[in-house]
Amino acid sequence: MNQDSLIDAKPANDANSTLAVHGGEARQKLADSVTDPIVCASTFTFENTQSVIDYIEQQQPREEYGRYGNPGEKIVEKKLAALEGGEEAILFASGMAAIVGLFMSKLNAGDEVVFFDECYHRSREFCSKHLARFGVVTRQVPACDYDAMESAITPNTRLLVSESPTNPHLSIIDLERFAAIGKRHNVETLIDATLATPYNVRPLTYGVDYVLHSVTKYLAGHNDLLAGAIIGSQDQLESIRNLRGIMGAVNSAHNIYLLQRGLKTFALRMERHNQNGQAVAEFLESHPRVEKVYYPGLASHRDHTIAHNTMRGFGGLITFLVKQADWKETAKIVDAVTVPRIAPSLGGVESLIEQPLVMSYYECTPQERRQFGIPDNMIRLSCGVENAADLIQDLTQAFNA
Amino acid sequence: MKFRTRAIHVGNEKDPETGAVVPPVHFSSTFVQPGAGEWGEFDYSRSGNPTRQNLEQTLASLEGGTGALAFASGMAATHCVTMLLKAGDHLLAGTDIYGGTYRLLQHVVGPSGVDVSLANSTQLDTLEQAFKPNTRLLWIETPGNPLMSITDITACAELAHRHGAWLAVDNTFATPALTRPLAAGADLVMHSATKYLGGHSDLLAGALVAGSEELHGQLYYLQNACGAVLSPLESFLLSRGLKTLELRVHEQCKTAQQLAEWLSGDARVKRVLYPGLPNHPGHALAKNQMQGGFGAMLTFEIDGDLAKTKRVAEATQLFQLAVSLGAVESLIEQPATMSHASYDASDRAAHGITDSLIRLSVGLEDVADLRADLDQALNA
Ligand SMILES: Cc1ncc(COP(=O)(O)O)c(C=O)c1O
Ligand SMILES: Cc1ncc(COP(=O)(O)O)c(C=O)c1O
Repeated sequence: MNQDSLIDAKPANDANSTLAVHGGEARQKLADSVTDPIVCASTFTFENTQSVIDYIEQQQPREEYGRYGNPGEKIVEKKLAALEGGEEAILFASGMAAIVGLFMSKLNAGDEVVFFDECYHRSREFCSKHLARFGVVTRQVPACDYDAMESAITPNTRLLVSESPTNPHLSIIDLERFAAIGKRHNVETLIDATLATPYNVRPLTYGVDYVLHSVTKYLAGHNDLLAGAIIGSQDQLESIRNLRGIMGAVNSAHNIYLLQRGLKTFALRMERHNQNGQAVAEFLESHPRVEKVYYPGLASHRDHTIAHNTMRGFGGLITFLVKQADWKETAKIVDAVTVPRIAPSLGGVESLIEQPLVMSYYECTPQERRQFGIPDNMIRLSCGVENAADLIQDLTQAFNA
Repeated sequence: MKFRTRAIHVGNEKDPETGAVVPPVHFSSTFVQPGAGEWGEFDYSRSGNPTRQNLEQTLASLEGGTGALAFASGMAATHCVTMLLKAGDHLLAGTDIYGGTYRLLQHVVGPSGVDVSLANSTQLDTLEQAFKPNTRLLWIETPGNPLMSITDITACAELAHRHGAWLAVDNTFATPALTRPLAAGADLVMHSATKYLGGHSDLLAGALVAGSEELHGQLYYLQNACGAVLSPLESFLLSRGLKTLELRVHEQCKTAQQLAEWLSGDARVKRVLYPGLPNHPGHALAKNQMQGGFGAMLTFEIDGDLAKTKRVAEATQLFQLAVSLGAVESLIEQPATMSHASYDASDRAAHGITDSLIRLSVGLEDVADLRADLDQALNA
């Protein structure tokens, strides 16, 4: 009896807890163990010469060498694909390795990429500094300006890219509209859905070609590993997988086991991140020291309607501005909290807090920061799965400190 | 700080050297000392290891104890407790205890000269009569296995203390997310951390949490002397599991309650043993003693013989046929042929463990999926 048949047979329109626990896994595993073994092998043996020849000539599905794949990796890739509702997933050593892997395999000199400007600063840096070195042209347009995106498309455009929600402004992309622009111009589309996760929205169902995740964040969920993934159709992913085997940005067997273990509580954690995010955002919005809160679950958010119509919840990440505060007064609040720790990253069970000016944009000029929409009084808070009352109490005392 | 916040932060303070949000795992078996005859905080990993100590701090906080100790398995933890006694002492245990505990007490502790006897801990009169002048320890388990009997911890603590004995509670089934025996008067809490505390079916571990410095000190001495400590990697995985303990347990309880209610109304099922059902003999007590849920273990009796019961247990697709419990994956088993097969048939009958009982460990899957799975299996 095969577990896959039961799980896959379900109309998987929902990244639910059953999929998180069992998706991608065989019911009967090696040594009848309930959990999958960690296969540490760097290489895999062949019985004899004929079996090598059979493998190469008939492309029999089996392992060959660790850089091309690992049994534990295949299971987690299947689980991620199941959660995202895609045909296939490819794991990478980190989210950035996934982004680089996709760009490098899909783009050639002379090709063009159009992307919405609100995004993880390293993704932007890779586009502007490194893709440019290989003769790829990248065009930034303001987030959610679909007309600007469409106007930026030329006959050389190969890829439209956005995050949703965006980091750190939490703008929500109209995925249907975004995907439609791509289809109209025969250009592929990529959504970095790290902040959304398949629990809250599944971009492939809107016609997006590729979904990308910094798996480091919510999917792994415990602030204790780095991983990245791309999910899409088997055909479209093939060249990415082949290039990964050459570039070598694969994840490790131990890491992948921790990821698989973390995914078991994925739906449960997301439900709580969503609840905590909403509760803390509402608290912040009502606080006299807060000027503005960016959280898609608030009616005051510019994209609330589209978020409300397309997402199950809005995650644990909240960005807010402190009223009439310079960067030092803002830093005082960051320094006064006791439950969230000061650190980059997000999406783990532990709450994290940071001031984007200091953490990610310190080396930018004030003008660049203005351009990226990073004011001095901005704080980004990643709500973990702690008790919401503890988080709110902690923020209250930090505002009074 | 609330329970869930402590589960994430106590014992997981950021690493002072690197700032790592998750403390590093210390595999070192030994530690370099400041000088000959001068001792640093850690000397040798059997007597103390930073990763294990982090975990022990979290466990002590969650159970509300003064100190905790992490062991290689639940049985290693229980064995350590029995080492507190000496020949001539009396150990009294409830009847609804884990089979392995029964085996340890009857076949290992008893033959070493400790007087061991069992009494029904849900009947306080019967239990009181079983005390002797030399009773040093009362050992109970609640909810009890496999009938989910509920024992009154507060009353047992009062009884034990009146007779000059310690009360130790195996809190494996309830977990500190639902029940905190130390607050109810117990002296000591034991866990098979293999179960809900670890929660992912991927480690063996045991834990003791003491309510006093003195008891903790004695147990620490015994643990170091006997050596059944938990490994650094398992300590790390267990700490990681604790961060989602309350989320998991509350969700699993919710699902178990729904399944119990559904099974109760099904003609193919004779009776359902779940403390969350009003007709369960321990319901009123459980309502008081368990906060946030009635546990995620449930037993039911089907309308059928041993063979039919076996077929049902083998026909599920999501529930996996295995002993153990408490993890994200749902498990199913037949007590008569699996968890309680080592009991004599007459003992099983005396305990109400009939051939047509099925025990479920309800995991984290979606309740609709689990219900559909049981529904098809009951027709097997
Ligand atoms: C939205 C987003 N995409 C991509 C990345 C890069 O992922 P990683 O840090 O796993 O390389 C991050 C975070 O760092 C991110 O927040
Ligand atoms: C209630 C209870 N106590 C103790 C144990 C023994 O623990 P371990 O298997 O971790 O040694 C178990 C499980 O096996 C148990 O279910």
